[in-house]
Amino acid sequence: MSNILDSKIPEGNLNEKWTKYKSSVHLVNPANKRSLEIIVVGSGLAGSAAAASLAEMGYKVKCFCFQDSPRRAHSIAAQGGINAAKNYQNDGDSTYRLFYDTIKGGDYRAREGNVHRLAEVSSSIIDQCVAQGVPFAREYGGLLSNRSFGGTQVQRTFYAAGQTGQQLLLGAYSALERQVGMGQVKMYSRHEMLDVVTIDGKARGIIARDLVTGKLERHFGHAVLLCSGGYGNVFYLSTNAMGSNVTAAWKAHKRGAYMANPCYTQIHPTCIPRSGDHQSKLTLMSESLRNDGRIWVPAKKEDAEALRNGTLRPTQIKEEDRDYYLERRYPAFGNLVPRDVASRAAKERCDAGYGVNATGEAVYLDFFYNMTEKYGRTEATKKGIENPTAAQLKEFGAGVIKEKYGNLFDMYKQITGVDPYEEPMQIYPAVHYTMGGLWVDYNLMTTVPGLYALGEANFSDHGANRLGASALMQGLADGYFVIPYTIGDYLADEIRTKAISTDHPAFVATEKEVEDKIQKLLNIKGTKSVDHYHKRLGKIMWDKCGMARNAEGLKSAIAEIQQIKAEFWSNVRVPGEANEFNQELEKAGRVADFIELGELMCKDALERNESCGGHFREEYQTNEGEALRDDVNFAFVSAWENQEDGWKLHKEELKFENIKIAARSYK
Amino acid sequence: MKINLKVWRQKNNKAKGELKDYKVDHVSPDMSFLEMFDVLNEDLITKGDDPIAFDHDCREGICGSCSMHINGRPHGPLAGVTTCQLHMRSFKDGDTIVVEPWRAGAFPVTKDLSVDRTAFDRIIAAGGFISVNTGNAQDANNLPIGKEAADEAFMSAACIGCGACVAACKNASAMLFVSAKVSQLALLPQGQPEAKMRVMAMVNQMDAEGFGSCTNTGACSAECPKGIDLSNIARMNREFFSANLTGK
Amino acid sequence: MNWISTFLKSSIGKKLLMGLTGLFLCTFLIVHLTGNLQLLKHDGGLAFNTYAVFMTTNPLIKFVSYGLYAIILFHAFWGLYLVMENKKARPVQYAAYNGNANSNWSSRWMGVLGTIILAFLILHMWNFWAQYKFGTVPYTQYERNLATGEVTFSPFTGEIAGKMEKFIDNQSGIEVTIVKDLYIVVADGFKAWWLVIIYVISMAALSFHLVHGFSSAFQTLGVNHKKYNALIKNIGVGVFGIIIPILFAIMPIYFLLLN
Repeated sequence: MSNILDSKIPEGNLNEKWTKYKSSVHLVNPANKRSLEIIVVGSGLAGSAAAASLAEMGYKVKCFCFQDSPRRAHSIAAQGGINAAKNYQNDGDSTYRLFYDTIKGGDYRAREGNVHRLAEVSSSIIDQCVAQGVPFAREYGGLLSNRSFGGTQVQRTFYAAGQTGQQLLLGAYSALERQVGMGQVKMYSRHEMLDVVTIDGKARGIIARDLVTGKLERHFGHAVLLCSGGYGNVFYLSTNAMGSNVTAAWKAHKRGAYMANPCYTQIHPTCIPRSGDHQSKLTLMSESLRNDGRIWVPAKKEDAEALRNGTLRPTQIKEEDRDYYLERRYPAFGNLVPRDVASRAAKERCDAGYGVNATGEAVYLDFFYNMTEKYGRTEATKKGIENPTAAQLKEFGAGVIKEKYGNLFDMYKQITGVDPYEEPMQIYPAVHYTMGGLWVDYNLMTTVPGLYALGEANFSDHGANRLGASALMQGLADGYFVIPYTIGDYLADEIRTKAISTDHPAFVATEKEVEDKIQKLLNIKGTKSVDHYHKRLGKIMWDKCGMARNAEGLKSAIAEIQQIKAEFWSNVRVPGEANEFNQELEKAGRVADFIELGELMCKDALERNESCGGHFREEYQTNEGEALRDDVNFAFVSAWENQEDGWKLHKEELKFENIKIAARSYK
Repeated sequence: MKINLKVWRQKNNKAKGELKDYKVDHVSPDMSFLEMFDVLNEDLITKGDDPIAFDHDCREGICGSCSMHINGRPHGPLAGVTTCQLHMRSFKDGDTIVVEPWRAGAFPVTKDLSVDRTAFDRIIAAGGFISVNTGNAQDANNLPIGKEAADEAFMSAACIGCGACVAACKNASAMLFVSAKVSQLALLPQGQPEAKMRVMAMVNQMDAEGFGSCTNTGACSAECPKGIDLSNIARMNREFFSANLTGK
Repeated sequence: MNWISTFLKSSIGKKLLMGLTGLFLCTFLIVHLTGNLQLLKHDGGLAFNTYAVFMTTNPLIKFVSYGLYAIILFHAFWGLYLVMENKKARPVQYAAYNGNANSNWSSRWMGVLGTIILAFLILHMWNFWAQYKFGTVPYTQYERNLATGEVTFSPFTGEIAGKMEKFIDNQSGIEVTIVKDLYIVVADGFKAWWLVIIYVISMAALSFHLVHGFSSAFQTLGVNHKKYNALIKNIGVGVFGIIIPILFAIMPIYFLLLN
């Protein structure tokens, strides 16, 4: 066990750790806060919340985002909701239950201390957001409404229609803009962080590129917070925004921050399948659809072929020729098995040749049965019709379905051109969230002193698999309620550090490195576009480091990625200049980092000889094809250190003192 | 499909721009409008030309980045969708499509089809918030809010800040954007203490940014991808009158 | 009172002035129409001429009318100023702009429609107001039989003090009214077909202006509620967009056909 990986979990009882920590952590007095500068990179839930909260406390904050406005960060796209252990529904929820569900959902690969703290502050997040004017859904009595989400037995999810992420982000964004208006935060939109500046081993600032003018800028900070999100775009196709990238985290990694559990990737089972090679991103269809949709593929291969070349419509396939494979394999949970299980089962069928669209990568999500038999018949009974016709059943049922999922059905039709009231939806799993990220201790500090990682950018709370509605919770917990305390622990010792001039040799040298790299990219003047390499990388990652992995595939993936890296650096074509608004140049830098990250992900996946959560190694499964965890040998966090000649693995052992480890079963 | 494009090209804010003709072959009806631009850009890069700059990010209709004025309409021919959700099946083989950036003095062109919308951020910074520091909140359910008011506030809060309202308005007015935020907070009890200051400050900033004034044509609401209603503007007017008449 | 000037300098304050003056002008239209409808009475112009005298001599009405002129001018020029201001908000125009897809034609052409109406008003004032006030207008003597209500009239060539004289001959039971005859000016004026066409076109412009203007003023005032929006819209279209302009337009057509 390496000494450097001190998680700094406070001593004591699990449910007293955070309280005790808060009352004993070092504080910075108000006068000193005014002379301490903090850089926040990213303006999503974690970034906006942190920037606003720290500015409110009196720190001088600079916030950076690559989008044209902080409000566009990809947190905005989260649909479902945010968990909090409020127990407003009186259904037995508690901090402990939320903690327990999160650890279990994460397949016992998360830290108890961090997760318990997350569950503790979850409740305050809702209070804070409501005070900010976030319009959560409410009951007629005026109190907050909750819904249930996968993997839990209580209703603890707060939501704002299907736009919860948007509303929470706009709340944090307005708090941020308030501080901008007061001059406490200086906002740098359309700025991309391209390196961390370290002086005497501590993070002291960043090099950022003004994306409009192309000018490189040096910014000093007593501490640097990376709130730059996840790296799902390493797969090229994902539900992430086009601009989501790993660059900030990767540069930090190159400067000494360890990358933890990079192979843990969450694949969401219900996304709209890609329609062809032009596909640029994937769109999520809410998981709630699985409540009323039945998932199937044809039982006969010849039918699947006919569907693929368009000579057969799904509605023509008889009931007995359909394979409702989830209901077949998991009779107890059926179509409602957890995300990872549903995703793998779809891949298994498609790999076996039963995929239903031209790309061979799609299965059906069919509402017909529930529309007619469940809702149609109930409605007919309500209307007093004894022997409804098939047309009546469909009409009545469609009305109910429209009420429940109308906007999703419309969106599906908008994107695919197919009316899901008439034909089953096509769905396929897609990369959705990355549980891995920069290694951080209890303070959210990386292995570089003064450099922090918050939200999806860190690895800390979701273990090997994230539960639905927990990403928003973690981003806001880190930003609003954790970092304002934990940063004091570090900054209290920095009050004597005067602002360092950006003419310091470390700034000059780092800027030079960034500039050289940009020039290098521009000067290759090869023949292939950045996207060409990104697509190739994505395909390798998806095929060999996606839903299911095996040692052989991973080894060949590493070799292929190294090949892509060599080709990229010798034959990529980046048009335009450095000193202008150059979106291809931005992409080139990001893809260069994705290529390196891809290799590490494969390496990490190869190292982890077990299956857990989002990491499924084909060699490690039960006879029935379920994930087989190895708690004896792999109950640790993999933290990778970047070294001259490759990566070095450090292990942080996970101790479960409050939860009994058990196998997950959904049979 | 084959598509002919007339696209606004402008190197930067200072440069003069012009419409340029492009042809895109092999367009699939299943492509989104932006994916069609990806294909065109790929082609331009391979040929050694400068690709077309345009703003986009989430490509699922919620981030508000995409901002193309297509055949004379913000976000193109369909109601209630952003450019990223517009698909090529809405066009015919051989169509000529004119694509321009949002046009407004307050939205200067950054490059090609990309514009600077930070004016919106400054309006929010002027007052589009509730002043509550982290950690000061009471229990969320201590403040019951009627479902109707909450739902209405949500409808106003659904604004994605894309700027289509400004782009559509013949006066390049930002009233729909500003009123959506004013309304959201005016409808909620939490927003009351600062209501007067807020509307005055936001309208003031809106005017200072150089947006035009509202003449109630309704184009903004008709083109809004989230269907923000004109009643928001009426509410803001009321709020503004009452703030002026009874405020400090 | 600093807040008033600040308020009026704001974009919302500026348009409030347009809305308020516009609504005032709408009420004026009703009054003006009611008076002018006397033209259609078969009394040789007695009622209309009496009304004209009342409108030009009653001190209160005179006072209001000067206010009206001021408001018309204000509404017109403030509107044009705002059009110019709003133009500045979009320095570079679109090459393609499909306004019809998202808004009514009339709502986007209020400035042009208003300018047509302003031009019309100048012509209209010249045709009648200026003639009545500064031109040579003949006098007519009306005799009304109080028992039967029958009215006869003939040109009056003598002189009277003021615009009208009225007395009752008790013996014959006849009410005699000698009055400045604007009616004949109107009747003569609309013999010219081209003038009638201008008037009718102007009323069309007024119609389109009010179809948008009336309900728009309520929106500006902040009156927008699901329950009442349809009512406001219908009054705007039905009363101010159709009935009032048509009734106004009927008058010149009536006189043209009468000849």
